Parts: sequence; C-alpha cells; structure tokens
Amino acid sequence: MSQVIVYDSPDRSVEDVTNDIRSKFPSVEVLKVAPRRMHLRAPREVFLDLCKFMKDDLSFEHNSCVTPVDYMDHFTVVYHISSWTNHIMAEVQVDLPRDDPTVDSITPLWGGANWHEREAYDLMGVVFKGHPDLRRIMLPEEFRFHPLRKDFTVGRRV
Amino acid sequence: MPSDEMWINMGPQHPFNHGLWNLRVKLKGETITQAEPIIGYLHRGWEKMVENRTYSQIVPLADRLCYGSSLSWNHLYCLTAEKLFGIEAPERAKYIRVAVLELQRITSHLTWLMAVGTDLGSYTIMTWSIRERELFLDLLCKLSGARMTYNYCRIGGVRNDFPENYERDVNRTLDEFERRLRDLESLMDENEPFLMRTVGIGKMDGKTAMNLGLTGPIMRASGVDMDLRRLDPYEVYEDMKFEICTHTDGDVYARYRVRMDEMRESMKIVRQAMAEAPSGPIRVKAPRCPPKGNAVCHVEDPRGESLMYMVSDGTERPYRLKVRSPNFVNLSASPPMLLGFKISDVPAIMGVMDMCIGETDR
Amino acid sequence: MDIDLSFNAMTMTAKQFGEMTKTLVRETMVATGGKKVIDKITAPIWSWGQRNSVYPLHFGIACCALEMAAAGGPRYDVERLGIVFRSSPRQSDVLLLNGWISAKIRPSLKALYEQMPSPKWVVAMGECTISGGPWYDAYNVIQGADTFIPVDVYVPGCPSRPEAMIQAFNMLNKKLTAENRGSFLDD
Repeated sequence: MSQVIVYDSPDRSVEDVTNDIRSKFPSVEVLKVAPRRMHLRAPREVFLDLCKFMKDDLSFEHNSCVTPVDYMDHFTVVYHISSWTNHIMAEVQVDLPRDDPTVDSITPLWGGANWHEREAYDLMGVVFKGHPDLRRIMLPEEFRFHPLRKDFTVGRRV
Repeated sequence: MPSDEMWINMGPQHPFNHGLWNLRVKLKGETITQAEPIIGYLHRGWEKMVENRTYSQIVPLADRLCYGSSLSWNHLYCLTAEKLFGIEAPERAKYIRVAVLELQRITSHLTWLMAVGTDLGSYTIMTWSIRERELFLDLLCKLSGARMTYNYCRIGGVRNDFPENYERDVNRTLDEFERRLRDLESLMDENEPFLMRTVGIGKMDGKTAMNLGLTGPIMRASGVDMDLRRLDPYEVYEDMKFEICTHTDGDVYARYRVRMDEMRESMKIVRQAMAEAPSGPIRVKAPRCPPKGNAVCHVEDPRGESLMYMVSDGTERPYRLKVRSPNFVNLSASPPMLLGFKISDVPAIMGVMDMCIGETDR
Repeated sequence: MDIDLSFNAMTMTAKQFGEMTKTLVRETMVATGGKKVIDKITAPIWSWGQRNSVYPLHFGIACCALEMAAAGGPRYDVERLGIVFRSSPRQSDVLLLNGWISAKIRPSLKALYEQMPSPKWVVAMGECTISGGPWYDAYNVIQGADTFIPVDVYVPGCPSRPEAMIQAFNMLNKKLTAENRGSFLDD
C-alpha cells in the first residue's frame, strides 16, 4: 500500500520557526525557546489565525493537549501542539478574563482537540466557540458546577 | 430488505468492553452508521485531588492512573516533577528506568493480548498470554514488591537498585518468552478465523490518524513512523539501538502486528539497558518545594503519547497537574474507524485499542 | 388458599390450575410439618450445590479487575473452585466489585445488582470499594459500596492479590455452609 511516513531529522530549526511566527504575528509574545520546545503567549483575538498558520505553513500536525488553568483572576488555556516534521513541541498560552472565558475552538483544525475541549468545558467551564459538540463529557449532565475551578472546594462525599 | 435504524448501547457492563465505558452505535441492519463513545464512568477527579497532595504523595497515585502500565505513568510523573524541580536523575537510575519501562511495556501488551483473545473468541490466546504475563509480573514483583502498582520511580531516581541476580533472572525470562512469543504468534497468524476478523477491518490512513490525534501503536500501524522515544528522546533512549515497528495497512491486523513486533524490540532494549547500566548512585535528593513555574513532559506510553503539564506556585503542593491520556484521544477518534463496518467487528476494532478507562477518565 | 376454587378446577386455565396445585401442595406440606423434614434433608444438598458453583459477574471496573483476570488465568485458575465468570447478571450469583465507584456508574451498578436472581452475594474487592481508599476526598467517588448495596465479604489490598480474592471466595464458601440455606418449595 502506501509508503511509511518517516520523520528522520528535523527540516527546520526552532529558531527558524520562531522567527517566522515573530514576523507574521507581532502581537504574539515568545516566552522561551529551548531545544525542541517553543513557548508562546498569544492574545485570544489572533489565536485562531496563529493556529492556522502553524498548521498550514509550519507543519504542526498534532495537537497533544488542551489544558485550562485557573489563576483565580484569569484563566489560561495552554495548548501543546507538536510538529513531528520539525521535532518541535510548541506551548501556546492564551489568557482569558475570568468573567468571559471564551476562546476559539481549534477542533476544526485538529480533530484530536475535540474531547480535550469538551473536557476543559466540563471541568473548568471554558467555552470554545465553534466547537461542533460542546457537552459535558466526564460528569453527568445534571452537574451544575465546574469542579477544577479553584473556588470549588472538595468536601468528603458520602 | 429495508430495515429501520436503531441505537444500541454496548456498555457500561458488556463482555466486550474492558473497563467501564459505553459505546452507542446506530445500526442500519447490521452496519454501523453512527457511533458515539460515552466515558466518565470512572471519573474520580484525579486532577483536583492531587492539588491537595504533596509532590511525593502523588507518586503512588500516579500508579493508579493506568493499572495496565502503571510504571510508565509513575515514571512520567517523576520525570515531569524532576523538570519542575530542576534536578536530574543519576545515570544508573536512567538505565534502570529504561529497562523497567520496557518490561512494563511487554506486560502491558500482554494484558492487551489477553483482552483481544477473549474478544475475538479464542480463549487459548487469553490463557497463554496471562501465563506469559505472570513471568514478567514475577520479575517486577521481585524488583518492587508489588504485582501491578509498583510505586517504583522516585522524584530524582528510583527507589531501589536491582535485587541480587536480577540480570540473570531477566535474561532467563526473556529467553523463555522469546520462544513462547513465537507460539503465541502462530496461534493467531495461522488462525483463519482470527485473520478473517482482523484483516481489512477498521481501516484508517496516516493523514486522518494524525489529524485526529492518534498516537502509539495505532498510529504506527497506519504507516506513520512516530515514536517519542526517537522524536523527543527522554532518559537514555538516544543510546539504545532499536527499531520502530510500523505497518502500512492501517487495519486491525496491522495494529496487532505492530504490538507483537514491539514486544520483540522491547526485549532488545531491556537486554541492552541491563548490560550497559553503569554503576553509581540511583537517586538524588529532591527539595520539598519546587520553584514557581511550569513544566511539561511527554513520553511514549505503551498506548501512545502521554503528557503531563504541571504548574507550581512555590508551595509543596502542585497548583495544577494536567494529564493527557493517549487512550482518551484514541477513543475520541474511534467513530470514523467504526463507520461502515458490521456490529460484529466492534470487538475487534475496539479491542486492539487497548482500552484503559482509568487513565481515560482520570 | 381459596378452597372454593378447587371445585372449579375444570373451568380453570392451565396457569390458574398450576397456581392452585402449587399453593395446595405447599400449604399441606407446611401444615403437616413435611416441609420441615424435607428441608432438613435437602438443605445440605442445596448448599453444597450453591457453594461449589458461585458464578461471579464478569464485570471489571478498575485495577482489581486485572487481578480478577489473573485469577482466572492458568496460575491461579479459579475455575477449579467452581468460580466461573458469567457475562450476564441473570446468570450470576456473586457481584464482584473491583474498583472505585463513581457517581455516574452508581445507578447502573444498583440496576445490575437488582437484575441478579436471588440468592446473591456481593464481594467488595480492594480499598476503593470498601471505603473509597485513596480517593477519600474525590468529589465523584462513592465512599464504599456498602453505602448502597449490602456487602458480604471485604477483600483488602490496593490492588488485592489473586490469592486474596480466592480467600474471599473461600470465606464466602464457609458462609454458605453455615447458612445452610436451601428449601424445598421456596419461602
């Protein structure tokens, strides 16, 4: 049948890729660049465009993880997006205000983010705009709160 | 003959699903037209709970994330914590970890084979792979004192060195297992019903698989040479000589083949790591509280890419600990594999996924 | 028993007739003390049959389920003790709980227990089913199976070894012997 897709040596270096992002999106802040790692912070307005650019032009093929973090005064959604071609894992942080935790969904780009975003909605209450099927996934539908938020305190359940 | 469409619930208690989850399938006649996995039956709030535990208390809890391959989760947690603390395990500990991780990979694949055996109607496959698995459980039991949840890795190394004559025992077991693996393979590769139920079922090509976030043996069976042991090496995998097993067909049979080949490669790695392990300390002391910041780490679990993201606020408890389970994503990608196949193919397609709901639901 | 009905035996349906004869035999046996005698003779036989064929439900929840599977394997081989795993709750006698119970699975578990025909027993295997175990402060875990179904045997361990599971079934065996339950014409 088809050939095996092999990723031998990286096509482009991390610095190269970072410079591309810097020149295309001046509003994206580069936090740290390390071998095989790239840490970015993007405003939520340009986030979806950044992802499109990363997927189409920088060959980031794989969405590893979507992590919402509750910092009490704001939410941060951390995306881990990997490029097997360039051997890079990018970490994109998007800050959201506490009273309006809405961000664009990346499920249309990477299908692997589907359940991660549902889980983030379920446990943290972050709303993803454009998600095809944003429902609770872990907890029963009748749950009325988002347990991973810091203001939800755990009591012993009997 | 025209027939109405109907929804069927397979689960939460169903002989084909190993673990508690529910697969809702919509059937037209016997053909699946829509599928929807429902999970959450084992959700216990792991990520919330660990926010109330100190860093060293989480090590045994990480074991219980996935009981089929507890050591790889244990190791992933320790690796991420080490990154956060800014320490590094000594060289000998790294070799020990690699050897033990590969033993765990073989055990996990045998557990998977056991499940597939019952699903595909061959009880012999199940009993034989349980028999083989016990050999490795004995080895790991000798090392750590537990059969399944080992609690072996520590932040900054491993708990104890190899016991006496361990290398000899491991080599003997591997020699014996190599012979028995051939028997096991002949049990399936020369079995016409097994081939009929696996070849050409649940096809998925590499590009789709990549977009859906599949990782691990399922991804490699679709003809993508993706293994984090190579692409993003951790511990001492850079120095190990092994091949990444791939297959181009992308069907159930290919996934089964990839896992069987992987066991052989794992045996190679175990032998190498045991022979090349340098002498020296096995553990460094970790501080109680890490500095503020975050750390991320991903490793190649027997099931795929598992990732942990840890945020610290400078106290002795993590502020946030997120787990990316490979099965969680693999399961979300299962509906496209099921569409168009018959309902009797469901156990074959979902069986080779190697379901472990403990890590999927967390 | 409605004695009058016995005179209308000819006009009864088969079902009604069966019902009537059953009640008639039963009440006669109870009234004459024959039931007691027969029960005394048959109870050990019933109990022997019961304790040598305890069929647990093939129901894996979490970690201990793997030990349950290992117990079914060649090394421990519980089938020699008459412990055969059945896939349907209608065919099983023992509900073997092996893992933590979340709020989402609790109703289904209750339903499974209710679907099992009587007499039935419950074995709680592992810390999670006994008391919540390591998840004592989790928001979604029920703190012990005995909060909603009666449990007969507790097996400690996290996860408990197959030997412990076998011992639990031996204890259940003793319990069945001591109960000496079994009756001709059920109570």
